[in-house]
Amino acid sequence: MREVAAEFERPVMLYSIGKDSSVMLRLAQKAFHPAPLPFPLLHIDTSYKFREMIEFRDRMAASVGARLIVHTNREALADGTEPFAVGTQRCCGLLKTKALLDALREGGFDAAFGGARRDEERSRAKERVFSLRDAHGQWDPKRQRPELWNLLNSRLNPGESIRVFPLSNWTEIDIWQYIHAENIPVVPMYFARDREAIVRGDSIMIREQSFVPLLPGERPQIVKCRMRSLGCSPCTGAIRSDADTVPKIIEELVAVRQSERQLRVIDHDQDGSMEIKKREGYF
Amino acid sequence: MAPGGGLDPSSSGLLRICTAGSVDDGKSTLIGRLLHDSQAIYEDQIRSVEAASKSRTAGPIDFSLFTDGLKAEREQGITIDVAYRYFATARRKFILADTPGHEQYTRNMATGASTAELAILLVDARHGVREQSRRHARIARLLGITHFVVAINKMDLVDFDRAVFDGIAAEFARILDGASAVTIPMSALMGDNVITRSQRTPWYEGVSLLEHLEAVDVDTDVTGKAFRFPVQMVLRPHHEFRGFAGQIQSGVIRAGDQVTVWPGGRSTAVSRIVSWEGDLPSAFAPMSVTLVLEDEIDISRGDMLVAGPVQVGQRFTADIVWMDERPLESTRVYLLKHTSRIVTAEVDRRLELNEIGPAAVRTSRPLIFDAYRENRATGSFVLIDPATNFTAGAGMIGAFEAEAAAAGHEGAAERLARLARRAGSDREAVDAVRVALEEILGK
Repeated sequence: MREVAAEFERPVMLYSIGKDSSVMLRLAQKAFHPAPLPFPLLHIDTSYKFREMIEFRDRMAASVGARLIVHTNREALADGTEPFAVGTQRCCGLLKTKALLDALREGGFDAAFGGARRDEERSRAKERVFSLRDAHGQWDPKRQRPELWNLLNSRLNPGESIRVFPLSNWTEIDIWQYIHAENIPVVPMYFARDREAIVRGDSIMIREQSFVPLLPGERPQIVKCRMRSLGCSPCTGAIRSDADTVPKIIEELVAVRQSERQLRVIDHDQDGSMEIKKREGYF
Repeated sequence: MAPGGGLDPSSSGLLRICTAGSVDDGKSTLIGRLLHDSQAIYEDQIRSVEAASKSRTAGPIDFSLFTDGLKAEREQGITIDVAYRYFATARRKFILADTPGHEQYTRNMATGASTAELAILLVDARHGVREQSRRHARIARLLGITHFVVAINKMDLVDFDRAVFDGIAAEFARILDGASAVTIPMSALMGDNVITRSQRTPWYEGVSLLEHLEAVDVDTDVTGKAFRFPVQMVLRPHHEFRGFAGQIQSGVIRAGDQVTVWPGGRSTAVSRIVSWEGDLPSAFAPMSVTLVLEDEIDISRGDMLVAGPVQVGQRFTADIVWMDERPLESTRVYLLKHTSRIVTAEVDRRLELNEIGPAAVRTSRPLIFDAYRENRATGSFVLIDPATNFTAGAGMIGAFEAEAAAAGHEGAAERLARLARRAGSDREAVDAVRVALEEILGK
């Protein structure tokens, strides 16, 4: 993180409100202590995030004393973009990828921190710590720069920018162990409690958006559940769980047999789904 | 940087591994097997691979589909890029760099090896030792790896024949002479000797691959070495505070210790070790801390705080791995990144893509370094092509080259003329000659 702050003109930290962002933010506080964060936080708000996430975001930004930029693709929202109307790929493309690229361009940011980890998804396993993006924010996995030792190349050609992944080598369990060890605040939705939810086959949906259709006979029921990964409410499912503390979450993870992004609809909408999104400019 | 908690107290922490082998030696399959059998792969990932395996022919589950993350790799059935994999057992955590076997991707092998402590070299029992295996062993050793596992794979295809195994093992013993190596007969596809010992190799008395990885002692402790602290940035939140932020690359520091600031060479004492948790009485590698010094000394990013003797100079020899399609040329100037310092540099030889060789390097400003075999962090550098900004080369510093000896190759006048000729404009020529003159006259 210090390498980025020292070598780039205008860095920014993508803050997605999830557990990885919480850890990344704490690492940044530590890296520059006693100085304040030398970059702002950026949240790409699709407007479909869970309410608890937004409340948490505003609380955190205030307590850290960081400048928070919130960017939303209002034009797409005005056109009625939501996952059921336009499909998840197009919805993500407009509300996340395009919104992100626009926000980076508007801010003139040449380096953007992201909390992605290589263990999350197989194309992310090939990511560099410094991931070069062309003028359109796109990723070319065949033209990646070699990264040896901890020597990171921060030279950019005009128009290029870099995505930086300080948590590349962390696993999901590392994240929770660190949250535990450092007592880092996270969104309460990660902890199990009784919630009103729609149960549909294997998936448990917390319904916050009225456009999420109900099937005939479906009614909200009370389920003890928690979120393992946080995204947009229509596309992120909960898991049945009794884990209501960080140590219980760690215990649950040791035994769990499903991957964390399994409940993210957007990773599975086609083969190589994440790779395609990344090439287009997604994190 | 990753935290290491959560393991049982007798655990031996984190082991970083890289794998190398020729195409089709079954490397991705071995890793898929390791991840699958050590339960690092989740059920939904297995289901998606099972579905895809049906269109291919590598046994019941095609384990390579777990690791070949890019569509082009899955379509062509090869590994193109380094993939990092993470798994843990009750005894240890592992980071595994899966690197491609194709010669054209040798640079990725070097990348994977640069941070690894142990290399797994895979060979196909039917083919024995090939040129690629020798090359991979050489790259791994050059990058400082001293611990090896030779995995003689596809033993099921040679009927678990002990004579085949012994022959290949003997040849590797010669290649890896001087390193610590363990040779294991294996079938990654069938799982023999990967996680548990196989019934089909009764003549093999050693342990399985995973048992060895859990137990091997690689001694990566760098806290016993001399203190090296490259300054990443100067933190100055207000007038009363001026701290130097960096990561301790080796050694230990205590408040009150004397350090020397290079390249200036002035000595001072550390007055405070500042961290988020409060001031610390001491800190050690690889902690990231902020140091406050007793005396007001002009220090900026790229300088190094050091205890004990260190090399400071502009000429040294190094082994260079070339990773760019544009060859390394002695007539061109490169950017050299070493610790947190970037300087311009010239190299006295030509190297093509994927070539490795010794060279003499000369930099525009002094570096503060150690030999790579003494200290990986302060003995390594990368070369960046300023025309493309690609990371074109990687270097391991061998020895300091005495200024006088090197000067014998070329007189001062020749050097100035060459610099002036090569410059893009009069202004650049003047600048280059001025720097060189100052350097020559300063000695």
